[in-house]
Amino acid sequence: MRRTLGRALMGLFALALPAAADTVSNFTLDNGMQVVVIEDHRAPVVTHMVWYKIGRADEAPGHSGIAHFFEHLMFKGTKTVAPGEFSATVEQQGGNDNAFTSNDYTAYFQRIAADRLDLMMQLEADRMVNLTMSEEDVATERQVILEERGQRVDSDPASLLREQMSAAQFLNHPYSIPVIGWRDEIAALTRQDALDFYRAYYAPNNAILVVAGDVDPQAVLEMAKTHYGPLPPSDKIKPRQRPAEPPQLAERRLVLSDQRVAQPYIARSYLAPERNPGDQKQAAALAVLAELLGGSGTTSILARALQFDTQTAVYASAFYDGTSLDPETFGLVLVPSEGVALADAEKAMDDVIAEFLKKGVNAKDLERIKTKVRAAEIYSRDSAGGLARDYGAALAVGLTLQDVADWPNLLQAVTAEDVMAAANLVLNRNQAVTGWLTATEAAQ
Amino acid sequence: MMLRIALFLLALATPLRAEVTIQEVISPGGIKAWLVEEHGIPFTALELRFKGGTSLDRPNKRGEVNLMTALIEEGAGSLDSQGFAAARDALAAEFHFSTDQDGVSVSTRFLTDNRDEAMGLLRLALTKPRFDQDAVDRVREQVLSGLRSDAKDPAAMASNLSRAQIYGRHPYGSDGSGTIESVSALTRNDVMAAFQGAIARDRITVAAAGDITPDELGVLLDELLADLPAAGTLQPGTAEMTLQGGITVQDFPGPQSMVIFSQGGLRFEDPDYFAASILNEIIGGGRFSARLMTEVREKRGLTYGIGTSLGSYDHAQALMGQFQASNDKVAEAIKVIRDEWANMAANGVTEQELADAKTYMTGAYPLRFDGNDTIASILVGMQDLGLDKDYPKTRNAKVEAVTLADIKRVAARLIKPEELHFIVVGQPVGVVNE
Repeated sequence: MRRTLGRALMGLFALALPAAADTVSNFTLDNGMQVVVIEDHRAPVVTHMVWYKIGRADEAPGHSGIAHFFEHLMFKGTKTVAPGEFSATVEQQGGNDNAFTSNDYTAYFQRIAADRLDLMMQLEADRMVNLTMSEEDVATERQVILEERGQRVDSDPASLLREQMSAAQFLNHPYSIPVIGWRDEIAALTRQDALDFYRAYYAPNNAILVVAGDVDPQAVLEMAKTHYGPLPPSDKIKPRQRPAEPPQLAERRLVLSDQRVAQPYIARSYLAPERNPGDQKQAAALAVLAELLGGSGTTSILARALQFDTQTAVYASAFYDGTSLDPETFGLVLVPSEGVALADAEKAMDDVIAEFLKKGVNAKDLERIKTKVRAAEIYSRDSAGGLARDYGAALAVGLTLQDVADWPNLLQAVTAEDVMAAANLVLNRNQAVTGWLTATEAAQ
Repeated sequence: MMLRIALFLLALATPLRAEVTIQEVISPGGIKAWLVEEHGIPFTALELRFKGGTSLDRPNKRGEVNLMTALIEEGAGSLDSQGFAAARDALAAEFHFSTDQDGVSVSTRFLTDNRDEAMGLLRLALTKPRFDQDAVDRVREQVLSGLRSDAKDPAAMASNLSRAQIYGRHPYGSDGSGTIESVSALTRNDVMAAFQGAIARDRITVAAAGDITPDELGVLLDELLADLPAAGTLQPGTAEMTLQGGITVQDFPGPQSMVIFSQGGLRFEDPDYFAASILNEIIGGGRFSARLMTEVREKRGLTYGIGTSLGSYDHAQALMGQFQASNDKVAEAIKVIRDEWANMAANGVTEQELADAKTYMTGAYPLRFDGNDTIASILVGMQDLGLDKDYPKTRNAKVEAVTLADIKRVAARLIKPEELHFIVVGQPVGVVNE
């Protein structure tokens, strides 16, 4: 639904980012707003997105969830647009609109007939500076968000485990706190908190416009100048410096027991470097590593060892995104077969990893993954909206268009040695959190 | 990103922008397919659907079609599971096999430069699946793991209760994945029998979109499908529906309750179907300005999301909705919904609501075009509904033609407060069986 948590919804796999640079244009308005246009003329449709370089991890201590709460409030009206009128207008034009928040960014988008783009820009530019919200609307929306937390987190033991694991993974960096926020802190957020947040972070020089679809780049630029151009830049936008995570020296483990759990499993997260501007080689190696270890339910190393050679598990996977502002995690999930104890399943998983670190990469496996990467680039061109998301997310975490264009080539260039170097760096339990989700108390 | 209404996925007409040209292709061997040519990107999406699906399960063999479908890609011809997956990945082809209560779907994407090899591999899977015992055992364990999870998943629990209450002993009345007991008892022979019954030429619908010409598609289809058996198992009959208003509460721990509500629907062929679909859009369709979204979420903050859908399936039809809410808010939410139901039945909708719904539905219509695989799947859905390939050109006019009087008449006919039944899984405060 609208006003949802981006992190939970975005794919965790970094393989599908496209190059397609010939159809991408880039401009910057005088007030600092970046404008990216991705052309796709196959259908008369456009996706219009505005990304703000502000996310959960930029919030002040004690105000967890304000970025996401504020995202909801962006639909509560401006001086000239009544509460709810934004979405109603988009819908009357046959479009859909929505928004999402992650640790590193907040984004708003509409998908609509290409000839309505001007109206979308008018509406979106309006709420960048003219938002008003009544105490009553804020109070009701707070209830909606508490319901959202109830639905997406508190009713779902798997979500609770993820939340606990992030809290354990990051001692000092704000990625420790869930995007939706802690319940008590959400409940305490006020209209004034929201207004302060708005004035501090919502400005054209902290935003990126991404337009993808059946449009002419010059025409988009002119339209952007008309609607976004007059908005004043803010002099309060500072570089995003967050508390750094200290080196992790000791393994962290936790067990979450919940009577609602039917299928116990193991999750592991390792601290891992992210994609950095001009420096994505290590991240590319990690993306390939995730694919090799657990990217396929049949041919990946974990699947072969734990689901085929032995019947230890019914599901095994590895994932890594890397599109974040600060170091994030490399993840593993293992669902044991019926009757296999979590401790035994975990040991089997660790044995497979140890064996992999000893034996290295199978050349055939690496070739298979590179074929998949090449095809992913072709398939990804089929969705202009998906491309808009990929570009927006990368730019919002500080990567450049060149970085986005380089990514598929960097994936292709990953060698077996690169993968092993990355694996040796990351796959260390002293830099990891291991979580067990169980139905009853289990001894670790 | 939309509200999760997996249960109610419709085979609803989802046509295209007018300028997308649908061609009807008849292969030299006589297989009919619809095609949208789009040569901009060098790949093709091909969608096959075999009518029947899990409703073809034999008595006491619940889950056999589901298990079979999950096993199609687990080895074929001389290739075992690993060999098949490696061959598919080496071609960067994507084959996705799935099943539901009305059919088995095969959704594929493959690159132009190795199309023949990719289709050769798919043909192997569709004509010579191995169903090796070790694969049957392994995939069965995955299905059982899912069923164990469902047993403690409020959404799955609510769906299963709802199904059983409405459809009774018809296959629609139970989960197509089967039960722990039925799936545990399935044998390799059952899987083979399910395959022979469900995957046949007498029940197939075909569509493609992408980088392929009609002639190329015709040749491809003959090679792909010629060796399939001509006929499969008989389709099940109409599902008798038991609809009785009330509330059923199933206790389950947690801060929220999962609620599904339903009553009877209308067949797609019904002359009132268009008016009914507009009515559904106004009550609880995809817009934030829909009535239930406005009343339950925006005005009262009782839920994060609520929606309804008008489901027209092969053997039954229903109007259904769902939401989740904190246990202390369920009673109020149910009251709001009941009030809206009564209001709708008595008064219909306003002129403005009808106009807004129409501009949304006609404007959103061309946006359904969203890539080759979506188009291929839409084209299969249209054929299954018996629509003409020029339907996309006339569809918006049918929406426009609906009048306020039509809506009022259909609201009185369709909306039945006395039939509306709520399934509540959770620990709702002040809500009891009725």
